[in-house]
Amino acid sequence: MATTPRRAAILGGNRIPFARQNGAYAKASNQDLLTATLDGLAARFGLAGTHLDEVVAGAVLKHSRDFNLTRESVLGSALSPTTPAYDIQQACGTGLEAAILVTNKIALGQVDSGIAGGVDSSSDAPIALNEDFRQTLLAANRAKTTGQKAKALTRFRPQQLLPSIPQNTEPRTGLSMGEHMAITAATWGITREAQDELAAASHQNLAAAYDRGFMDDLLTPYLGLTRDANLRADSTVEKLAKLKPVFGRGEGATMTAGNSTPLTDGASAVLLSSEEWASEHGLPPLAYFVDGQTAAVDYVSGEEGLLMAPAYAVPRLLARQGLSLQDFDYYEIHEAFAATVLVTLKAWEDAEFCKSRLGLDAPLGSIDRSKLNVNGSSLAAGHPFAATGGRIVASLAKMLHEKGTGSRGLISICAAGGQGVVAILEGA
Amino acid sequence: MASDFYGDFVRTGLGKKVVSSVGLPSPVRLRRYSPTAPLIEGTVLVAGHGDAPLAAHIASMLKSLHLEVVDEAPVSGSLSAVIADLSTIEHPEDLESLRAIVAPTLKSLRSNARVVIIGRPPEAATSPAQRAALRALEGITRSIGKELRRGGTANLVLVAEGDDTNVDATVRYLLSGRSAYVSGQVIVVGEGSPVEPGDWARPLAGKVAVVTGAARGIGAAIAEVLARDGATVVAVDIPAAGDALAKVANAIGGTALQLDVTAPDAGQRIVDHANTRHGGLDIAVHNAGITRDKLLANTDETRWRSVLDVNLMSILRMNEAILGPGGLRDGGHLVLVASIAGIAGNRGQSNYAASKAGVVGLTQALGSDPELRRRGITVNAVAPGFIETEMTAKIPLGTREVGRRLNSLQQGGLPVDVAETIAWFSQDANAGVSGNVVRVCGQSLLGA
Ligand SMILES: NC(=O)c1ccc[n+]([C@@H]2O[C@H](COP(=O)([O-])OP(=O)(O)OC[C@H]3O[C@@H](n4cnc5c(N)ncnc54)[C@H](O)[C@@H]3O)[C@@H](O)[C@H]2O)c1
Repeated sequence: MATTPRRAAILGGNRIPFARQNGAYAKASNQDLLTATLDGLAARFGLAGTHLDEVVAGAVLKHSRDFNLTRESVLGSALSPTTPAYDIQQACGTGLEAAILVTNKIALGQVDSGIAGGVDSSSDAPIALNEDFRQTLLAANRAKTTGQKAKALTRFRPQQLLPSIPQNTEPRTGLSMGEHMAITAATWGITREAQDELAAASHQNLAAAYDRGFMDDLLTPYLGLTRDANLRADSTVEKLAKLKPVFGRGEGATMTAGNSTPLTDGASAVLLSSEEWASEHGLPPLAYFVDGQTAAVDYVSGEEGLLMAPAYAVPRLLARQGLSLQDFDYYEIHEAFAATVLVTLKAWEDAEFCKSRLGLDAPLGSIDRSKLNVNGSSLAAGHPFAATGGRIVASLAKMLHEKGTGSRGLISICAAGGQGVVAILEGA
Repeated sequence: MASDFYGDFVRTGLGKKVVSSVGLPSPVRLRRYSPTAPLIEGTVLVAGHGDAPLAAHIASMLKSLHLEVVDEAPVSGSLSAVIADLSTIEHPEDLESLRAIVAPTLKSLRSNARVVIIGRPPEAATSPAQRAALRALEGITRSIGKELRRGGTANLVLVAEGDDTNVDATVRYLLSGRSAYVSGQVIVVGEGSPVEPGDWARPLAGKVAVVTGAARGIGAAIAEVLARDGATVVAVDIPAAGDALAKVANAIGGTALQLDVTAPDAGQRIVDHANTRHGGLDIAVHNAGITRDKLLANTDETRWRSVLDVNLMSILRMNEAILGPGGLRDGGHLVLVASIAGIAGNRGQSNYAASKAGVVGLTQALGSDPELRRRGITVNAVAPGFIETEMTAKIPLGTREVGRRLNSLQQGGLPVDVAETIAWFSQDANAGVSGNVVRVCGQSLLGA
């Protein structure tokens, strides 16, 4: 076992194109999507039959039968069946958190190689029994005699057949994520125009990435889909301006279906290893995973916005690494909503916020916007919750590799429950 | 793959009756290669004209493989192969030796038999009479191919003077099931330094091969056969075919490289991938190809250009990196995929025929390139005939049925048949074969 931490290398990644809800992957399960993604990764890196030390992945929308989702996916894939796996769940931070876990183990010498990933299907979502019906059935199950069972079942009412479908709402506030974001966006005075501009740029950047072949070694087609179904290469601010707001009320309603991410299905995976493992396998590192950080905010009391946690996580990470916000070649800020990105950037520029909330003497400052989400982000690609982290880590690693040794990238991902996961990568 | 209704039907009891009563062609199931099976079962006759130096060499090689070798046709019992060495003939008179060796055996050949005629390249003849005689071998071989039934094939091997020992890999190939769908062909064996594999069941062990267009059809079969023969395979296809490509790569423990061969940097990316991932490149197979059929009268510039670009010009561009410094290793093998359409021409396929005839020309040029010969790199091509793939499944049924039957073996070939010939071209033991275009067409009547 290594005594000093080792550098964890990012060797590459794979994802399947992201589909819109009830689109191309309507009938595929999380396990199908993750297995196909692992197979694509195995093929790209020649890992068929190869033992890896660990595969870590998860899904946000998860069936109870999928308690061993990642291990089952490994068993169905081309990887060696001796490859252990476990599931994690940290809402939209799942994929990046998985990468932090694997790279930490690499750094400690506990594993030499691993895959971090994530998957989500909003189409094949788990539907639970109506809670009343479930209680009725459990009561009947507990009953000892047939008579008691029959009696318990008489509590059944037809309306109990209505299923309970998972919703994108915060359990403690009853508000949807979009409604939360709309409040924060209004507080920070984020304009409709700025959001539409960011959304249009996301589509244009991702379309350009596909056109110049940037995606060729990041993606493997699946079920007839060869590009993200949500991508609109011809998206413009003018077209986006025509959409009606869907979140927020009255004057302040600036958030539309165009500047919010839609529900999507997809999966991603990233191959990580020690430098020795990489060179033994003839796989040159694209980047190194430098550090990661999480944070959470009190959004329940309304003291802070639901998706503001990354704004808190980043300064802690910068301080630990002795870096300033401007020390990066690329910024990958997950576009849950265009407004999320804009609020985060505005908060870091705001002296008052940085002082009172982050406890900093001076604001973090602004970033060079031409370095932000340069190959598109979730508004264009879509956002299958747990798959977003892997999508970003793989493409940022490739960008940093192209940029050169020592280049730096910052990843910021907001997650339900008022959480945030952020990380720094360095080009190899 | 299009199913061969007719072929399957005639192999049923009822089918056999119908076929024999109305005189329809009756295709047999061809004997195909297996690394664990003997090269060929049964007795092999090896004989020749005069002192027949090649017959002596081949007979001793086959005996070392524990095959049953005779130098005279047995009075009773059947033969599975006849090898006739005519390398010392000087005059058409001497062709009588060929007749005398082969003719008496034909009626008692087993099914899937092999007739291999050995000669010298006519260009090297020292007299007009000798050249006439040597040239006659080709006509005779092709006629025997057409006369043979039940899966039998006949091929001619022309061995350059002084290179007799370079013939071994070719003889093995022709006797084995690798050449199941190859008949009426002329293979020229010349100089080179063959290296015998440690294990003939894995002749490509330790080699790194790249195959373009490997997601399906013939390319997928090439990838599988090269891997079976021991090579580590880089499977290349367009990004849109990535899921099928991943399945091929994972099934053979290779790697998938998603790229369009028409990309300007395709060759460099292939070479870089092979070098960084696998430490070098030994075998490159240019198989990716498309058709955009239309009568020439209706062919616009786009259809013209796209077919020439994928099938021919991309190969020229990729070869700059593949044959350049840091590309294919010395002693490596480049294989191209032509088509009988490039030899015979095809109505509605001017663009395709142009590209595939171009591939033949390119193969001839590179195969005799002095620098490549010096580096020990062989360059050869296969020209498939009618092969049962998704490409040919698109042909309308009537035309398809004709294409499938118009050959000496009376059936379509399988992707594996093309792959086996490519795998043979890729052997270091076959270093003496370069600049050859071998048709894998069951001796199709087209372009013969
Ligand atoms: N099937 C036949 O009977 C036949 C006969 C003669 C020659 N051929 C030749 O054999 C080769 C394979 O044919 P097949 O029948 O397997 O065809 P196919 O169409 O089944 O497969 C061809 C493969 O090449 C790939 N490809 C096409 N354009 C590409 C590009 N630009 N970059 C990378 N990959 C690309 C395709 O995606 C496909 O996977 C072709 O060169 C074809 O011309 C086939």
